[in-house]
Amino acid sequence: MSRKIKGSLGERIFDFSNISIMFIAVILTLYPMVYILFASISEGSQLMMHTGLLFWPVGEISFAAYNIVITSQLIMGSLANTLFVVIVGTAVSLGMTCLGAYFLSRKNVLLGGPIMFFIVFTMFFRGGLVPEFLLIRNLGFINSLWGLIIPFSINTFNMIILRTAFKAIPDSMEESAKLDGANHWTIMVRIMIPMIKSTIAVIVLYYAVEKWNAWFWASILIRDRSKLPMQVVLREILIESSSAGDLGGGGGADSDSELAVAQTVKYAAIIFATVPILFVYPYLQKYFVKGVMIGAIKG
Amino acid sequence: MIKNQSYKVEEPFIVRLKKDLKVNTSLYFIVLPVVLFYLVFRYFPMYGTLIAFKNYSPGLGIFGSPWVGFSHFIRFFTGNFFVRVVSNTFILSFYELLFGFPMPIILAILINEVRSRRYRKLVQTVTYMPFFISLVVVCGMIVQFSATDGIINDIIYLFGGRRVPLMQRASYFRPMFIISGIWQHSGWGSIIYLAALMAIDPSLYESAEIDGANRFQKIRYITIPSIVPTIVIMFILRMGRILNIGFEKIILLYNPSTYQVADVISSYVYRVGLTNFSWSYSTAVGLVNSVVNLMFLVAANKLSKKATDSSLW
Repeated sequence: MSRKIKGSLGERIFDFSNISIMFIAVILTLYPMVYILFASISEGSQLMMHTGLLFWPVGEISFAAYNIVITSQLIMGSLANTLFVVIVGTAVSLGMTCLGAYFLSRKNVLLGGPIMFFIVFTMFFRGGLVPEFLLIRNLGFINSLWGLIIPFSINTFNMIILRTAFKAIPDSMEESAKLDGANHWTIMVRIMIPMIKSTIAVIVLYYAVEKWNAWFWASILIRDRSKLPMQVVLREILIESSSAGDLGGGGGADSDSELAVAQTVKYAAIIFATVPILFVYPYLQKYFVKGVMIGAIKG
Repeated sequence: MIKNQSYKVEEPFIVRLKKDLKVNTSLYFIVLPVVLFYLVFRYFPMYGTLIAFKNYSPGLGIFGSPWVGFSHFIRFFTGNFFVRVVSNTFILSFYELLFGFPMPIILAILINEVRSRRYRKLVQTVTYMPFFISLVVVCGMIVQFSATDGIINDIIYLFGGRRVPLMQRASYFRPMFIISGIWQHSGWGSIIYLAALMAIDPSLYESAEIDGANRFQKIRYITIPSIVPTIVIMFILRMGRILNIGFEKIILLYNPSTYQVADVISSYVYRVGLTNFSWSYSTAVGLVNSVVNLMFLVAANKLSKKATDSSLW
């Protein structure tokens, strides 16, 4: 009896401390984003004078920074470029990945094994940065958004995830479809892809996020400022700290208030670029997680 | 079994291949664009690494440029940067392993101990999230927060310290790099361990309870031993990537005042190759890096085969 009570007290202390530790972890993860959100809707001049953590926006809540962001030619133009790369790029990637994954999932194909090796080998050994850059340049992709799409159309890891899903479909499906006179193209597009919709969703999400977040190749391939994707522009604003004056904000204002605007504009730009992903993410979380699980089982 | 096996095993390969190409023509057409993609964008650059042994000039092309043997390699191995970039790569990677590797495991074990389903879900949702924030934004946040008027300096100041431009100081680069990495990746990294934890037979815990084990004992004698295989595999995979520090985060965060600690092999390859246009030399350095990486991976895989019976190939 007494042991039982002692045990349950210990249990309760354990649970309490565990819940507290997890709570701290949640706060530490979330707070940087919350701080940026609060700062982005604060009054610029008061934010500059504020010291320490923010638990609420300082000054009047103001969306002036967001106004500068969404009226900025540079940012909105770059958003259009990013959307183009995300939408067209994800479509191209999904198509290519399906083709490869379907082929690799078929049994009794003489060259199946060698082609699998041919593909997987590239996960472990690449030509390197400069040879890849020179190739893309020589193919004429400099300064073209297609240069951000075509050379990056297949992510081998995603293809292996999709191959695992194709493989899990019973052989009898292919057999019976063949008896009905269906060819491989029909079997893949009409029968199998609809059967693995949730894995397709995972792949689409992975590609879309990857392309939304990509910046490196754009920063070396795109020369024309009007063709830059959003992440490269964000890099200029946030890290290379070009002044907010470039955004078409307070052009002739005195430097002090311009600086004050700049800070809130930076925060607003972070929120603006991150919200689309954070907004859809909680609903799609289970699909993302599913991808890791399939990947972990190993193709 | 699908009856499209078009060949008999005894026949010579060429005969089998001809028959197979005939029977599976449509399949080979399906894979053709994919094979072309890998040939052009993955294998052609491997051929392109030949310029590491040449003095590449765009006018002459890869084939026509003059051979120079190993001179670029020798220049790298004997140059001033060799020790710096190699040791920086190892140090950064080692710290990442030391501090970054255990975090997802600890997080997974703690999440697993949370009883309330809803609370557990909340913790998971929140801690996975930073993984999806773009690197540019994460580095932008680091730069903003660590500026002299940023929030980190505000806190240092409130506790009586002096304001320091953190990203301009070499001594703060590694901690900032590692901590932000932990912030971004621990939650997502815990998924794989959580999956292993889900697979533990609940009856083990029940019988431990009957024997009077407390929560710590259950963690120590049941939970941890059952995820050891996963930990070992993840550790070996991580070892295989020890020289593989991505340059993207480095080049977003470093600047000349932190080069001495921040410059790693891959960022050096980038800077020399794409901003100074020493193409051949940069390719040589990159090739050294890839070959050493591959060697580490092969060794790690062998080790894994021996230790856990699971391997990449």
